Amino acid sequence: MMTQLPALQVVIPLLASLFCAFMKRGTVAWALSLVASWAVLVVSILILQQVLESGPISYAMGGWEPPFGIEYYVDKLNAFVLLLVSGVGAIIMPFAKRSVGTEIHSTRQPYFYTMYLLCLCGLLGIAITGDAFNIFVFLEVSSLATYAMVAMGKDKRALLAAFQYLIIGTIGATFYVIGTGLLYTVTGSLNLVDIAGQLDSVNNTRALVTSLAFLTVGISLKLALFPLHVWLPNAYAYAPSFATVFLAATATKVAIYLLIRFFFSVFGAGLVFQSLPVSEILLILSVVAMFGASIVAIFQEDIKRMLAYSSVAQIGYITLGIALANSNGLSGGIVHIFNHAIMKAAFFLALGAVFYRIGSVHIDHLAGIGRRMPITMMGFVIAGMSIVGVPGTVGFISKWYLAAGAFENGQWWLVFAIMISSLLAVIYVGRVVEVAWFRDPSGATLEARDPPPAMLLPILIFCAASIYFGIDTTLTAGIASQAAELLLGGLR
Amino acid sequence: MQILETIVGHYNQWITVFLMVSGLYIVIARGNMVKKLVGLSIFQTSVYLLYLSPGKILGGTAPIIDPNYTVYSNPLPHVLILTAIVVGVGTLALGLALVVRINEEFGTIEEDELFGKDDDI
Repeated sequence: MMTQLPALQVVIPLLASLFCAFMKRGTVAWALSLVASWAVLVVSILILQQVLESGPISYAMGGWEPPFGIEYYVDKLNAFVLLLVSGVGAIIMPFAKRSVGTEIHSTRQPYFYTMYLLCLCGLLGIAITGDAFNIFVFLEVSSLATYAMVAMGKDKRALLAAFQYLIIGTIGATFYVIGTGLLYTVTGSLNLVDIAGQLDSVNNTRALVTSLAFLTVGISLKLALFPLHVWLPNAYAYAPSFATVFLAATATKVAIYLLIRFFFSVFGAGLVFQSLPVSEILLILSVVAMFGASIVAIFQEDIKRMLAYSSVAQIGYITLGIALANSNGLSGGIVHIFNHAIMKAAFFLALGAVFYRIGSVHIDHLAGIGRRMPITMMGFVIAGMSIVGVPGTVGFISKWYLAAGAFENGQWWLVFAIMISSLLAVIYVGRVVEVAWFRDPSGATLEARDPPPAMLLPILIFCAASIYFGIDTTLTAGIASQAAELLLGGLR
Repeated sequence: MQILETIVGHYNQWITVFLMVSGLYIVIARGNMVKKLVGLSIFQTSVYLLYLSPGKILGGTAPIIDPNYTVYSNPLPHVLILTAIVVGVGTLALGLALVVRINEEFGTIEEDELFGKDDDI
């Protein structure tokens, strides 16, 4: 049983999704998804424990020995990502029942849960597998499920958002396959560990650089790096609330993991950061994202869309950490993957609860909502403090590491850039807080009250986490810096 | 002459690149959503060729072990591309389904007209 854990991680949601599709009632499908999500969480905790105790796990899928068969390879970095994805999936499930119940037609609810589980399966698969082509398959499993989930949004513009995402996402995935194909032609292998080992003896650097370029652009489309982010605001704004929570917290994070994996474990920091200007390009794009997207966020009327732009800005912080390519910077980037996931989950859950009560998340309709739904909006405020980076919250920890990384590289101006862009976050969060707490309720808001405990609990858990991990960082920053050391240790 | 030989000798790569670029161009340049999907399919198909052509070894036979032969073609790219074709079909099907729904809701699948109706997107 324990030796089969890596396979179970992917197989459980895959099988559960199949059963979900045949359920007649949404509640039954929900219960099944709930059980599957928690089972997956237990599996990922066991895997993390095993990795921390006895080092990386290598699992030969179907008994075919790597590098010929598909290998599932788990080290500290992806055990951490697995825990994040499955943890978010499990905690938000209680929220789903009512949120999905009101936003999606009852005949379609089982299909929605099917898509959710497929997406979960794909994301976990990307994180766990050590085979480049297998990553592509899981990438498409999760992406296709995501397009379908986005298209199920109530607003008819959700269809346009889904189509736009489908086109861009498919181009991204195809770029990824081209990159993998070029890598395969120069090394003759698809196993990431094996490729990394063979790259030393590869002389054809032109094919290698082309492959790196395709992989970088393809994955950057998926993770919504600044100029390639156009799909994200629409997809997040029009998707059903529950889908937005899940996607915002996990989907882009897994793509970032993939970028880190290719940069540091496969190509090696030596090729990527020393002989090519990747670091400079990434640094500029990250800083532009931090400022540009934050400024755009300030002017949004739809709060979901505002937070979507904020996500683009926050992804900028993570890629900044990657671009710094030193121990503190990379730790900051990795820990921000986790921290950003929990604060965005709290944000979008709070908005989902508001939408459940008043049927809108437009800023004009939110006047006085803080007085009617105090606990929900308190959650919003705590997440807001975290995104600004107030000491004692997780946002501060990430920014601390990033600033330390910038100092280490002697780029002190970056420290100011991080601080000033945080102030932009104060503006867009502050706008919502002002409207929600300091104006008199009117219209639908008058009748609103905090949602039932099943919806409230996930919000409170994420808020508690964003304070707890802001004070005790042994789990998050501890693992992140160990993973960073490991990634940079392989500097070739 | 050397250059000409290099160009002709790599004719399979040239076809691949031509399909790749024209597919991507159609996706970007056309406003009709069905045409966009056609472009996307061409783009994906070009990648199949990119994988398949290095799989053929000159003078190699089908990869079935036989004492009479020593040189075999590589079967792995074919297996990979079989998977990629399935993914491509899935994407195309979902894309077309979305186009049908968009046509039902908005009455058009031309992006110019859709953008005219909606400034939010």
